[in-house]
Amino acid sequence: MTYIGGSVHRIEDTALLRGEARFAADLSFPGQLHMRVVRSPVACGRLLGVDASGAASLPGVEAVWTSADVADVPPIDFRMTRTPGLEPYRQPILAEGMVRYVGEPAAVVMADDAYTAEDAAGLVFLDIEELDPVLDPVRGGGRAVEAAVLEKGYGDVEAAFEGAAEVVEMELAVGRHSGVPMETRGALARYDPMTAAIEMFGAAKVPHYNRSAIASMLGIPAARVVLREGCVGGGFGIRGELYPEDVLVCLAAWRLGRPVRWVEDRREHLMAANHSRDQVHRIRAAVDPDGWVRGVEDEFWLDQGAYVRTHAVTVADLTASLVPGPYVWPAYRVRGRVRLTNKTPCGTYRAPGRYEGSFVRERLMDVIARRLGLDPAEVRRRNLIPAGDMPYDRGVDALGSSVVYDSGDYEALLDRVLEYLDYEQLSDGLAERRAAGESVGIGFGYFIEKSGLGPFDGVRVTVDEAGQAVIVTGVSSVGQGVETALAQICADHLGVPLEAVRVRCGQTDDLPYGMGSFASRVTVMTGSAVLIAARRVREKALDAAAPVLEAAVGDLTVEAGRVFVKGSPDGPGVTLAELARRLRPGAGPAAGDGEDDREPGLTAEGWFEAAHMTYPYGLHTAVAAVDRDTGEVRVERFVVAYDIGRAVNPGLVDGQIVGGAAQGIGGALLEEFVYDEAGQPLAVGFMDYLMPTLHEMPPVEVLLSEDAPSPLNPLGVKGAGEGGITAAGAAVANAVADALGRPEGITRLPIRPDLVRRLADG
Amino acid sequence: MTEPIDLTLDVNGRSYQVRVEPRRTLADTLRDDCGLTGTHLGCEHGVCGACTVLADGLPVRSCLMFAVQCEGMELRTVEGLAEDGRLHPMQQAFWENHGLQCGFCTPGFLMLAVGYLEQHPDPDEEELRAVLSSNLCRCTGYQNILKAVRQAAADMRR
Repeated sequence: MTYIGGSVHRIEDTALLRGEARFAADLSFPGQLHMRVVRSPVACGRLLGVDASGAASLPGVEAVWTSADVADVPPIDFRMTRTPGLEPYRQPILAEGMVRYVGEPAAVVMADDAYTAEDAAGLVFLDIEELDPVLDPVRGGGRAVEAAVLEKGYGDVEAAFEGAAEVVEMELAVGRHSGVPMETRGALARYDPMTAAIEMFGAAKVPHYNRSAIASMLGIPAARVVLREGCVGGGFGIRGELYPEDVLVCLAAWRLGRPVRWVEDRREHLMAANHSRDQVHRIRAAVDPDGWVRGVEDEFWLDQGAYVRTHAVTVADLTASLVPGPYVWPAYRVRGRVRLTNKTPCGTYRAPGRYEGSFVRERLMDVIARRLGLDPAEVRRRNLIPAGDMPYDRGVDALGSSVVYDSGDYEALLDRVLEYLDYEQLSDGLAERRAAGESVGIGFGYFIEKSGLGPFDGVRVTVDEAGQAVIVTGVSSVGQGVETALAQICADHLGVPLEAVRVRCGQTDDLPYGMGSFASRVTVMTGSAVLIAARRVREKALDAAAPVLEAAVGDLTVEAGRVFVKGSPDGPGVTLAELARRLRPGAGPAAGDGEDDREPGLTAEGWFEAAHMTYPYGLHTAVAAVDRDTGEVRVERFVVAYDIGRAVNPGLVDGQIVGGAAQGIGGALLEEFVYDEAGQPLAVGFMDYLMPTLHEMPPVEVLLSEDAPSPLNPLGVKGAGEGGITAAGAAVANAVADALGRPEGITRLPIRPDLVRRLADG
Repeated sequence: MTEPIDLTLDVNGRSYQVRVEPRRTLADTLRDDCGLTGTHLGCEHGVCGACTVLADGLPVRSCLMFAVQCEGMELRTVEGLAEDGRLHPMQQAFWENHGLQCGFCTPGFLMLAVGYLEQHPDPDEEELRAVLSSNLCRCTGYQNILKAVRQAAADMRR
């Protein structure tokens, strides 16, 4: 055990640093066509016709397709959280009869050159009879279609409110954000007539699922579609879901018999790839005078946009289940309404439902504290689930399985943060600054994350005759360090140096099954599978080495790729490379004729299954200063304490947390997809969709905690990918409200300067 | 003005003969005509800086320049940073400080930082923060990028 727990440098970096890595847009095939999508310029209207004659006559244009050309292809189905009745709201790959949001694909052009394709797309005329768009899911005048209603809860909510000393009621909202990875979407497909298979490069996140979904939509067996992942420029939930363009690229390559390449530009990305968040909550809490929350009732509206995409109601489901977070709240009832509007369809974005729910819960807890004249940290402490109650059955389900917090000492983490901050002294210091005329404040955001979503994942580990170990897995790498973390686990449990491990991800013809990279699941699920497979390979190596070394299996060990008798590293030994040669077919001790019942090679598969998720937890603290004249908010300090059970690579975990915090602060202060009254998106470039630069980022202080290993997997790990962002919006909002001395003033993210100024003016 | 033009571009000390339309951006020309796909396109409107290359030593957004503007200039891209197989101190510092995750913005940050430090070898903290705020990264939160550039600045002065 030497690599797990160490901040080793990443094994995937060299090609990325040299500019030699290949992202989707870096690939080309001879004779390829370039696809350009013609998108709806209006939010809502009847699509009466498409005149493609101008485009089709441009030299270099091979084909122009409209919905009539793809009428045999069904709409894109749900990958997760399917609930009955959603089918009518699925998106077709090209708009049929109606256009429902600005950016909806209505036609595609295929041409010899990307510039020509874009020229031609500009010549395609969409004949649209414009209709009034529906833009407000809450007050849409009854016109917003309600695609689904989710109801969950536990305990006696009526009794909780009867006789409550105080009822705190708030309307809270989180605007439209999205992951916005630096690489836009792209895909390159080709058809091989010899195998009758379509091969698509540019896959990510869930290649196996998407392979089967594309095959099903095209009416061919799954084995005739192969998806390949190369380097991926950021995931964050949005990347790798099945979009209309992926299916169009595959279909075009098949029908036209030429490779087809599609790379979207940033404007397209911001109006066509999944948006997220965009929820309004009306929440009320029944409270005792000492701050104990007796019960909570929440109703929320989720602006789903124009279609229900692959996630179905995942975000609403997770929101509803995890609003109570770390608190006991003996009674809870929630109703979530998923409504359709004429905006870009929504999916997940890092910490889906938890960023929104944490903002709502933690703002509520702050307001409860202020109303009762209590300290916000103390009110939180009084309501935390005690460590002695673990595992704790939350009494609701999420993503189809019951929510059971597997381990945690929430109060210990709060204490650790207060001690780290020197809370009393910090509060006194802020009070002094306020007395001197500054507007500064502190805000907390306690949160529960979820991670390690099942049901399974698997790997194959093979040591070749040169002593190289290769991990083949069905999950994908979207840039978060998957290769390094898996290699560390393999190296430790197999007994090889880290440099001897390679990882191969995201190729659907490598392994028949694979789940993918989402829900902070890879280290938990795939990491556990690697541990299992590595141990099996190790056992196989010991079995093969025992006769060579004339020793009992139990007396042998593996270190640095060599098997020897325990305690005698300088004595006789045999390398894994040599054992791999001995395990060749035909090299067995009883080699002869007929069937060989040995499984050849130094190789084994490992599969890990999980019926329940694991639940890491953390606390965000923000200190913010407000400029009352300009409305500018300056986050001075940002502290993230996060318990993930066990860190495979603390350096990578730190990177995940700081990166998440940046996105969370962006969502709190800067980022929003704004629409005008005609449904035109106003944030379709980086001049308007504002993401934090280094200038806006405070130094982020990370307190990594390993108090509560998960009992649900052999590594004890919980996922680390999302906790950096989860309660960042909540903490910043609470700090700004504190700074302004307006505890109930901040009810919406992002917190725009105009609101800050209004509140500052009283 | 739409007829293709023959150009010679000097990239990383090598000369490339290309035939491009006047409207073709430097970024597309480097990527598609010179085969140098290490320069990435993140926004194509000059904000994100992923496509940053050095033109006569200065960091420029290659998505905002046309190839025809660059004849006679000395261009440098990420592919030209490592010498004799050895990583440039900036690349090494990014690796050691975990200054990259997905790595898509990395070539732009490397060229921005190298270009600046070659002209201003001893920047103070405020200056460095201001310069690095020119580019966008969505993965790292910038903390480790800043750390890496600080280390590389010291290494490059040696």
